[in-house]
Amino acid sequence: MPGLQIQRRVKYQEELDADFPRRVADMPGAADLNRCIQCGTCSATCPVSSFMDLTPRRVVAMTRAGFKEEVLRSNTIWLCASCYSCTVECPKGIKITDVMYALKRLAIQERAYPRHFPTPVLAREFFHKVRQTGRSNEGQIATVMILKTNPLKLLRQIPLGLKLLVKGRMSLWTEKMSGNKRQLQDLLDYMDTHKELR
Amino acid sequence: MRFLYYPGCSLKSSGRAYEESLLAVFARLQFPLEELPEWNCCGATAYMGIDEKKAFVLAARNLALAEQHGDGQPVHLVAPCAACYLVLLKTQKYMVEYKPIGRAISDALKSVGLKYRGQVKIRHPLDVLIKEVGLERIRAAVSRPLEGMKIACYYGCQVVRPFAEFDDPHDPMSMDDLLRACGAETVDWPCKVRCCGAMLTGTVEEVGQRRSYMILHEAMRRGVDAVATACPLCQFNLECFQGPMSRRYRDQVEMSVAYFTQIVGKAMGLDERTLGMHRLFIPLRQPPALLGTSHDC
Amino acid sequence: MSQSPACPRIGVYVCHCGMNIAKQVAVEAVTEFAARLPGVAVARHYKFMCSDPGQELIQQDIKESGLERVVVASCSPLLHEATFRKACAAGGLNPFCFQMANIREQVAWVTADKGRATSKAKALIAAAVERVSRAQPLERKRLAVGDKVVIVGGGIAGIHAALTIADAGKKVYLVEREPTIGGHMAKFDKTFPTLDCAACILTPKMSSVKNHPNIELMSYSEVEKVEGFAGNFKITIQKKPRYVHEELCVGCGECVDACVFPKAKFPSEFDEGLALRKPVYMPFPQATPAVVVIDPNTCLQLTKGKCKQKCVEACQRGAIDLKQEPEQVEVEAAAVIVATGFKTFDPRGLPQYGYGRYGNVYTSLEVERMVNASGPTGGEVVLKDGAKPRSVAIIHCVGSRDKKTHPWCSRVCCMYSLKLAHLVKERSGADVFSFYIDMRTPGKGYEEFYDRLLEEGVHFIRGRVSHITDWAMTKAEEGKLVVSAEDSLIGVTRRIPVDMVILSVGLEPQPDAQEVRKKFNISCSQEGWFLERHPKLAPVATFTDGVWIAGACQGPKDIPDTVAQAGAAASEALALIDKGYVEIEPNTAEVDPEACSGCKTCLGMCPYHAIRRDEEKGVAVVNEALCKGCGTCVAACPSGAISQHMFTDDEIYQELEGILSYV
Ligand SMILES: Cc1cc2nc3c(=O)[nH]c(=O)nc-3n(C[C@H](O)[C@H](O)[C@H](O)COP(=O)(O)OP(=O)(O)OC[C@H]3O[C@@H](n4cnc5c(N)ncnc54)[C@H](O)[C@@H]3O)c2cc1C
Ligand code: SF4
Ligand code: SF4
Repeated sequence: MPGLQIQRRVKYQEELDADFPRRVADMPGAADLNRCIQCGTCSATCPVSSFMDLTPRRVVAMTRAGFKEEVLRSNTIWLCASCYSCTVECPKGIKITDVMYALKRLAIQERAYPRHFPTPVLAREFFHKVRQTGRSNEGQIATVMILKTNPLKLLRQIPLGLKLLVKGRMSLWTEKMSGNKRQLQDLLDYMDTHKELR
Repeated sequence: MRFLYYPGCSLKSSGRAYEESLLAVFARLQFPLEELPEWNCCGATAYMGIDEKKAFVLAARNLALAEQHGDGQPVHLVAPCAACYLVLLKTQKYMVEYKPIGRAISDALKSVGLKYRGQVKIRHPLDVLIKEVGLERIRAAVSRPLEGMKIACYYGCQVVRPFAEFDDPHDPMSMDDLLRACGAETVDWPCKVRCCGAMLTGTVEEVGQRRSYMILHEAMRRGVDAVATACPLCQFNLECFQGPMSRRYRDQVEMSVAYFTQIVGKAMGLDERTLGMHRLFIPLRQPPALLGTSHDC
Repeated sequence: MSQSPACPRIGVYVCHCGMNIAKQVAVEAVTEFAARLPGVAVARHYKFMCSDPGQELIQQDIKESGLERVVVASCSPLLHEATFRKACAAGGLNPFCFQMANIREQVAWVTADKGRATSKAKALIAAAVERVSRAQPLERKRLAVGDKVVIVGGGIAGIHAALTIADAGKKVYLVEREPTIGGHMAKFDKTFPTLDCAACILTPKMSSVKNHPNIELMSYSEVEKVEGFAGNFKITIQKKPRYVHEELCVGCGECVDACVFPKAKFPSEFDEGLALRKPVYMPFPQATPAVVVIDPNTCLQLTKGKCKQKCVEACQRGAIDLKQEPEQVEVEAAAVIVATGFKTFDPRGLPQYGYGRYGNVYTSLEVERMVNASGPTGGEVVLKDGAKPRSVAIIHCVGSRDKKTHPWCSRVCCMYSLKLAHLVKERSGADVFSFYIDMRTPGKGYEEFYDRLLEEGVHFIRGRVSHITDWAMTKAEEGKLVVSAEDSLIGVTRRIPVDMVILSVGLEPQPDAQEVRKKFNISCSQEGWFLERHPKLAPVATFTDGVWIAGACQGPKDIPDTVAQAGAAASEALALIDKGYVEIEPNTAEVDPEACSGCKTCLGMCPYHAIRRDEEKGVAVVNEALCKGCGTCVAACPSGAISQHMFTDDEIYQELEGILSYV
């Protein structure tokens, strides 16, 4: 048996981030967090909660108590599949899926996500592609994502990729949107230059 | 009333069969869908995770473009992809519900000479088929009833929740009604609206695939011929990983997974290629009675 | 102080209401302003005008300064008009020479800016001073009250109230719409927390009702119309045809045996559909009255007009009458007690729980019947296929504490779920899993009952169930109902396969609460629970004098609380009868016979039928006892011949003048 692992668990109040719950609640859909009665319906209906280190209910509780570190470093926010079950089932009408989105954004802002974790990378690739072409291309984005996070896996995915190519379900070039691409880029740039809009 | 069609990126790549069969079915029903010119990516789920407002703006541009085609009348925008459908609905709703979002989006649109007044009705094809076309007309268009075919309707997540209003979020029936009108038998099963794993099948395989596997496992247990889907990602997840799944869970997984529009098209006697059947990894399993009369080319 | 000789001498009193008014309204400035208004002889401000010293100020000034009119600027008249009128009367002034200005609810509490609040208070006081100068001394009328009580609803609340009043020697009409009294309690086997047998404590009360000389039990009946007012109600009751003469039937059941349907075929309402009955049936053996009833929706003769009518033949007493018609009875009553109870939530509204889809998902009320020794299974807990369940899940808060169904806590479900957990375990030996959000056991002996269940080995899982399916993910789950919940104390999600699920459905208002509310002119909360006059200080009174509420129709509650309320309502009704009279407000309408042209316009307009035409004199006359002071006739009279006391044109115009002169 390996040596006894010990770790201090008591969290002193001053170690918590009192501002964190407010920052989360300010995001659209996340305002009702304080009404949570900790019933756990969200966790029970969540299709992937059994893989999460913190169940959605615990994320809600820890967010409103100011456990910023723990929440932003949890795998929960990255495992959330955006299935919206929790949002539909919550008896208090809390939009937990939106809370998960808010936490993902905060984690990216604070660079608190696990290195080589595919989801944030996927999200970034997606962003670049759309800015370039107005469309996304699942095949390419997935390839880049795998290359950046786990290149070995690419080998395993080759048969699937070939099959999709043959079936005409994946293309190597992205179909570009027709017409006014400039307008779309201006639109996205406008959002970048007008931070007050965020 | 105009019905514009918003394909979204997936229906132009992995979900091509969905587009092909959808357009063929609507054409057969003489219910024209025009593709929205100059559309862009909806913003989709992934984008929400980086920059929510940008995601909203991407969706809003499409809505603003669609609105221009209405000449002051409401326009219907048909979005077959579950993710697009949800993001468009969410944008529409949050623009009204959260004033700062509404203002930010309007300002951004204005900067490029666009405006959105909220006059677009976002519809899923299931909704349009049931509520606009009607089961009567569909029944009349069925030339090869799917007798003896047993189907599990799989609605997935985002088509029925949290914003859709055309069907029950817990126990939707629209696809069941539609396929029953085509002569098929549909089963009452508990997986209708349970998540397929969404993009986790690509990012965290063991989590995503388990979802898809459990759903297929249940479909097999219920002895159905096929699972019908209404979303390109669901279709992809359920169909394309059956090999890896069989190995991972030491269970022979084999199940046809087709778009509901492909199955409806089949009942209307449309040919295999038009319906994009050749793009399926696993051919649509059909009861022997139907096979005999099939008009494959 | 200015004073014109024609003006009566007026006193104005500005209340601080602690800081409630004073923190927004400059009370000194307002008082100074009031002192300068025409006719004002005295103007004062005081911390609490409603206190004894406050009231004494008024009385003293009436005596010493010869005040003829009084204005108090304070809170809503709803709260203290009666208080200050009494103070005026005690000082020797007619209580109707008084006017109140509401500068708390209408000013201090709703005006953010102090300057504007002060101005508005001044305007309202100026209006009140102008108005009161035209007020006339009036007299209240006293009316004698009757000594009978109508009680609506024969659940434990109605039964207890009826017996209390009847034992005090007063006559009671107990109106119950079902064929039998007893309400929900009659369906239970045991009651928490003592687990005493429900029938043992309820049926003796039911038969006392039947046999009490002072109680007239009107089962299968509903109130149709209520007229009159506190002390003198006239109530029309409709008796539905039960196709059996109640006074002839002895409940022998010969007719049931003889019915052409050889076997019971239709779901029994009393047994929640778990047992079957014939078209002619007795709801349950202890039904009160012990009289059969024939269901017009299933009886062949009554639906198709074709049947051998074996029941008629079989009844030796000739009690069956398939031609019976509805009957209307009119009774007089001094007081009414509404005790119409509740309904349970229909879990079909939550498809994720599978009720109606999976045969072995039951509601708690169904299981109450199942565990009842005289119920459809003789007290055995069994699955649809007759087998005993080996594991049972009980789901709390179904249709409670949920924005999408009902936001409230139904108060009794935690306790009855504990009771059912005990009974199910006792009867079937099954493993019981109880899924709760919060265990709410606030009552005498309740926490101790929870403790007992913990000891009995029930598995308590703190977590709200998200869904129940037959989706088997493992071998052990096959053929079972799988209950998904987070075990929130452990922090993991669990799937628990069971044979049977019991949904602890919440309590909701009766579906016809709005209609009943209108009939008795009482109020409802938005959800449909009847509204008490004050949530703490008048819990069984309503805003209509002479009408009381008791039991679960006022909100979810258990039997002890229901009975306490029923006792309270009964004694308040008895107090009214004992007092012997009611006073009516003199805000009635009056016809000036000189001006009346006898056109009869007003006769048809009056909603209370209070106006008649004196044929001899050819003019309209208002009956003060019936007039409610609604003012309809005043507005309708084309000759302007009708005026209303306390609201004369003169008073209203003067009040407007007051406000407008200030602005
Ligand atoms: C499953 C379950 C188990 C319970 N177990 C317990 C327990 O063990 N212990 C406990 O203390 N409490 C228990 N309760 C709570 C208990 O049922 C209530 O406290 C009690 O029944 C309230 O009595 P009531 O007379 O106010 O209403 P009800 O019992 O609902 O009676 C109302 C009566 O009024 C009649 N009525 C309704 N509308 C009209 C109308 N318009 N005209 C004429 N008549 C009308 C109805 O037919 C009914 O007979 C339980 C509740 C449930 C749902
Ligand atoms: S379902 Fe809603 S109330 Fe219940 S624990 Fe989750 S967030 Fe809180
Ligand atoms: S939206 Fe995310 S957190 Fe909520 S149930 Fe679905 S996967 Fe779980």
